[in-house]
Amino acid sequence: MISQLSVFLANERGRLAAACRALADAGFNMHSLVLADTADFGVARIFCDRPEEAAALLAEAGYRAAVTPVIAVRVPNAPGGLATLLEFCDGAGMNVEYGYCYSVGPDTAVDVLKIEGEGAEAKLAEGGFDLVEADEIYAV
Amino acid sequence: MAHYYQPDIETMPREELRALQLERMRESMRNAYENVGVFRERFDAAGVTPEDLTCLEDLARFPFVVKQDMRDAYPFGMFARPNAEVARIHASSGTTGQATVVGHTAADLANWADCFARGIAMVGGSADSTIQVSYGYGLFTGGLGAHAGGEAMGCTVIPTSSGNTKRQVQMMRDLGTDILACTPSYALLIADTAIELGYDPATEFPISAVICGAEPASQNMKDEIAEKLGVQYCDVYGLSEIMGPGVAMECAEGGGIHVAEDQFYCEVVDPETLEVLPDGQWGELVITTLARECCPLVRYRTRDVTRIVDEPCACGRTHRKIDYLRGRTDDMLIIRGVNVFPSQIEQVITEFPEIAAQYQIILTSNGPLDRVELQVETVPDFPFDEVRKLEDLKRRLAAELKGNLQVAVEIKIVEPKTIERSMGKAKRVVDLREGTNR
Repeated sequence: MISQLSVFLANERGRLAAACRALADAGFNMHSLVLADTADFGVARIFCDRPEEAAALLAEAGYRAAVTPVIAVRVPNAPGGLATLLEFCDGAGMNVEYGYCYSVGPDTAVDVLKIEGEGAEAKLAEGGFDLVEADEIYAV
Repeated sequence: MAHYYQPDIETMPREELRALQLERMRESMRNAYENVGVFRERFDAAGVTPEDLTCLEDLARFPFVVKQDMRDAYPFGMFARPNAEVARIHASSGTTGQATVVGHTAADLANWADCFARGIAMVGGSADSTIQVSYGYGLFTGGLGAHAGGEAMGCTVIPTSSGNTKRQVQMMRDLGTDILACTPSYALLIADTAIELGYDPATEFPISAVICGAEPASQNMKDEIAEKLGVQYCDVYGLSEIMGPGVAMECAEGGGIHVAEDQFYCEVVDPETLEVLPDGQWGELVITTLARECCPLVRYRTRDVTRIVDEPCACGRTHRKIDYLRGRTDDMLIIRGVNVFPSQIEQVITEFPEIAAQYQIILTSNGPLDRVELQVETVPDFPFDEVRKLEDLKRRLAAELKGNLQVAVEIKIVEPKTIERSMGKAKRVVDLREGTNR
């Protein structure tokens, strides 16, 4: 499992900047950030170094911040990389709560999924998928 | 074994108590009629004199006084005693207009201290108890009222006043506070601060009771305070115009708050028709003071909404209870023509464990319509990373509010600490509607 830093933000000017500044000033390097936004709030989903520490820092600074376990899968950076993974999840009865992807170089992509319930990681590994370890993404 | 502060008074047989009330009411009315201009004018205009009071029910023939009368009499128009006999002056917070000034003689202060001390006995307190007074001290009656009650009982009193919450927690722990007296929102803030500092006050602190009043609190909020601090919750009612905290206090049996009936006579009236309502019916509380020397009040309309609970109490006290306050007739919000009390909204919120206890209601105008926004925070362990769960929470809360209030409420989930934590009276409603001047 990968520890994703999740931060609840009011959908107001400057809130994301302030949260990023707080992490930057404390020396936390970010490796990815995806924003889910609604009319009045947003949720930033972040991979960064030492996520537990980062969450504690933000919580102390008055943010609603927590660490969320998610699954990261390495797939080929080619047509069908994500589709194959999602079809497998569907076929195995796994409900994907949310997901996002980013490319790592020309050949590889990382698909990040939050899957409802237990045991998803084991099923994916059995299905032959290449799970990414935490220390491959960020400093633990 | 119930424990009383003034057993002869607190357990006085009803008939004896009513006879005492009538005797004192006549005396108090004479004091008001002879020494306070507004009462003389009102009584004369209504064609009544204190001699017309032959039984307690005759009180209904007398005119009311309201807060505006006290404002109009500012500063000393309501005083029935010369300055030489006035021992202390308190004033209302003035949040809703000109401050009202209330004078107390030494005897008034002693009676007040006794009233509050009875509540200390209701939570099992004694001369051996340590009471921490975290109400604000000053013109506001909370601090000094609770302080004097503690002293009357012979308690060790810690006058921390409000503010500096971490120090409050430290005092509570280091000095072994048994009883905390403060507003309910501040009790919750103190409890949460203690927990944030890594303590479990319910098991690690000796505290056994809180005496909370001066602002409305839902049953769920009271339960939350009682659970987090591991205490008996005592609801104290009081208002500066009448005296201060101690007009009524809650014993361990619950089910309402015992009025100090040797000091105050309560009626409940219909706020529209001003007719006296039978016991058990909800309406506006009207209080007549029975022993106040400096500022006697006859039929003071409190604006507080409650009812009289006329049932014997297992604690052995014969003084009747009023029910927990449901709101104030002038806190009542009229939203799209519907009467809404902030306490109703709070009641719904506290039924959602996913939502933190702090909230704020923002009223704005949307053309001719009122728009109601309720700002809430999730509790820290809510899975807020999933938008669906947040949206679902908003939907369920909105539906529950609509069902309870008959008014559509827009829910806005906000970041923690967006809603100001209160050290005194919490500002729960921000009314930005056009044409209102709240």
